[in-house]
Amino acid sequence: MSESLLKAEGIYKSFVGVQALKNVNFSIKSGEIHCLAGENGSGKSTLIKIISGVYTPDSGYIEFDGKQYTKITPIEAINNGIQVIYQDFSIFPNLTVMENLAFNSELAEGRKIVNWKRMRTIAEEAIAKINFKVDLDAYVGNLTVAEKQMIAISRALMFNTKLIIMDEPTTALTKKEVRNLFNIILKLKEIGIAILFVSHKLNEVFEISENFTILRSGELVASGSTSDLDDRKFSYYMTGREFIPRRFKPVNLSEKPIFEAKHIGLSGFFEDISFSLRRGEIIGITGLLDSGRTELALSMFGIKPISHGSFSIDGKQVQIQSPRDAIEHNLGYVPEDRLTEGLFLSQSIADNIIISEIDRLAKRAGVVDQDKRKEEIERWVQELSIATPDSNNACQTLSGGNQQRIVLAKWLACNLDILVLNGPTVGVDIGSKHDIHGILHELASKGLGLIIISDDLPEIVENCSKILVMKAGRIVAELKADETDEKSILSYML
Amino acid sequence: MKTTTPISLKKLAGRNEPYIFLVLFALCLLIEFRSGQFFSSNNLVDIASALIVPGLFAIGAFLVIISGGIDVSFPALASLSVYATTKYLLDIQYEGGIWLPIVIALAIGALLGAFNGLFIGYFRLPALIVTLGSSSVFKGIMQGALNSKQLTIIPVGMRTWGTTALFTARNPVSGLTSRMPVAFIVFLIVLGFVFFLMRYTMFGRSIYAIGGSETSAHRAGFNVIRTKVVLYIMVGMIASLAGVIRVCMMQQAHPTNMLGMEMNIIAGVVLGGTAITGGRGTLLGCMLGTLLIVIVENSLILLGIPTSWKSVFTGALIIIGTGISAYQVILMNRIKKTKHSVKEAA
Repeated sequence: MSESLLKAEGIYKSFVGVQALKNVNFSIKSGEIHCLAGENGSGKSTLIKIISGVYTPDSGYIEFDGKQYTKITPIEAINNGIQVIYQDFSIFPNLTVMENLAFNSELAEGRKIVNWKRMRTIAEEAIAKINFKVDLDAYVGNLTVAEKQMIAISRALMFNTKLIIMDEPTTALTKKEVRNLFNIILKLKEIGIAILFVSHKLNEVFEISENFTILRSGELVASGSTSDLDDRKFSYYMTGREFIPRRFKPVNLSEKPIFEAKHIGLSGFFEDISFSLRRGEIIGITGLLDSGRTELALSMFGIKPISHGSFSIDGKQVQIQSPRDAIEHNLGYVPEDRLTEGLFLSQSIADNIIISEIDRLAKRAGVVDQDKRKEEIERWVQELSIATPDSNNACQTLSGGNQQRIVLAKWLACNLDILVLNGPTVGVDIGSKHDIHGILHELASKGLGLIIISDDLPEIVENCSKILVMKAGRIVAELKADETDEKSILSYML
Repeated sequence: MKTTTPISLKKLAGRNEPYIFLVLFALCLLIEFRSGQFFSSNNLVDIASALIVPGLFAIGAFLVIISGGIDVSFPALASLSVYATTKYLLDIQYEGGIWLPIVIALAIGALLGAFNGLFIGYFRLPALIVTLGSSSVFKGIMQGALNSKQLTIIPVGMRTWGTTALFTARNPVSGLTSRMPVAFIVFLIVLGFVFFLMRYTMFGRSIYAIGGSETSAHRAGFNVIRTKVVLYIMVGMIASLAGVIRVCMMQQAHPTNMLGMEMNIIAGVVLGGTAITGGRGTLLGCMLGTLLIVIVENSLILLGIPTSWKSVFTGALIIIGTGISAYQVILMNRIKKTKHSVKEAA
């Protein structure tokens, strides 16, 4: 065992009465890829901030290259070769790639006057280190997420860097971009740079990291080699709960379909798609990012009305030209990006729940019946076990899982027949994901027809009875969930 | 220069400056065809001289908007500092040159700017709220503590400086003459100074950086608070300088004369392509936008449009101008998106 590059021993940290970290130990060696995992609020970011000097620990010490520190300043951390790449990449969207790359070192050297030639040289050197090709004069705001990340990595490498901490680096990246990122991480490992990878995504932890540390409510629950870890253990460490995989088995299937799509198409996105959905059934639709799955979802809810074919509900042909039409036919939609499309984040939890049924709560002159309103809110907070001390709090105070429950509550309050869910558990932690799936199963058994659109294959296989695979705008396969597995679905997708 | 700032035609097309320049040029030609008086030497000098004060205000507003803030207090700030200066100099019966008035006004301007900077930078309050408030405070001090009324006589140094001409232009047809004030030099110096500051100093780049993302600027190691405080002090000084020039050129100190200019100035800056959300914009665009507003305000009479319609035209110009640039942005995004999806499909 070689000496560790960074060691944190017995770290305690509390914020106004909340114990964020309790006796946490952590260590990483040169050239090691280490994954720090934990659900929201487990203390991951607090630990990172202590290592990078943003917070001072209440007790415990940090050892770097054999030197002990009871507290460390951000500058000391940088001088010791620690670089943090935050989720927002700390970039300036309004400035060019060149300036984004060169600013840090110019500032570190205390320069007052700008020399554009020198900035260009610095920037060229920085991107050459990871073989990243980009127009130095392009504005960073116009680049893709992956390119922005490469800029952040190039910038982090400009100092005598020994450890790079990446906070949830794969959020918002496509599969190909994730692959590219992992290749770069492996290259950095070769030159002896340690990578601390913060994530709550299971497959990433397995794929890239050698060692892991898992935190739960501020405490270290497990650490060791990734090869000793499996799905079950990982979920257990993360949540403290045992999950028994529950395959969805449809009960109470209706005779006739509640919802049918007949040869529907939307020019440029998808064409000739037909399927039927019965009450009590959950259909899964999957495909790659550009397969047209998202557009199909939007068309069903009338956001992008179809240009060919027709929908029928309960055997009757219907026009769905707008979300209002869809709602009138008791069809609801849970969007992919609940933050911008599904919720009023700054409004109260209560108002978010009742927003879509507000017409029914109105008394005569259009005034909302307060007693009825309260009744409805209490009912849904309880039924979906939304964890909040007060339903008048803003929606943004909730975790991802609880926010998703509110989106569900909003729709269930409308007495739906059909619910379309696009990526229902994106960015939701394991525990909540499990609970949300449970809710979906229950809804189906109560007689709703559900359509889940997702590229999370385990989710599709576990929760759907019928799976439609899309590729380049068409359905290429219709599979029964109990007769297929992830591998064969994937082969149809690609 | 070519190697450090390559500007391709394609990039230029995405900018606001060429469009505003074309609009400006078209307007000038229109006025020239209708009146034959626009390109006469005295009219050009008149426009240049009318540009001085709005131009200086616009530079200040430009700096603040780039940093992601907004300042609506500069007319009140300028009025207070120049009024206090003039009143004090009259009280002590000052008979010297222009330097002392400028120095005093700059000092007061710096102090008042620091007041804004303290609340916006140090206490992190929203710039609009702070400057709306400070605007009231400044007006209040002027009317209450200084008991402001029109000062029809100003110190002799200010009076002579205001009437000293660099050169005089004479229209051979009408025989009208126009003086180019010495103050125009001051305007050019400030313009040159701010251009250098924004392009070639880390301080200038930090203003852009803060306007782009304050969190990123902080993490990169910029001293965000100090930059903001210094910025508002500087803007206070530039506004006060404009105030002194205004009083000298008008030959009297009128306490409310400059109030209400802020909206047209900010509109000119935004018209010139400076993003109201901060971070983007050039000094050239800012000047073109301001010039457009100044020309509309001054030259409509040459088109035979009654001056009472002036504000209607200025307003229409602002709506159309900002509308066009907003549409440009939408268009650019659409092009980018289709390009992107084509790439992904391939």
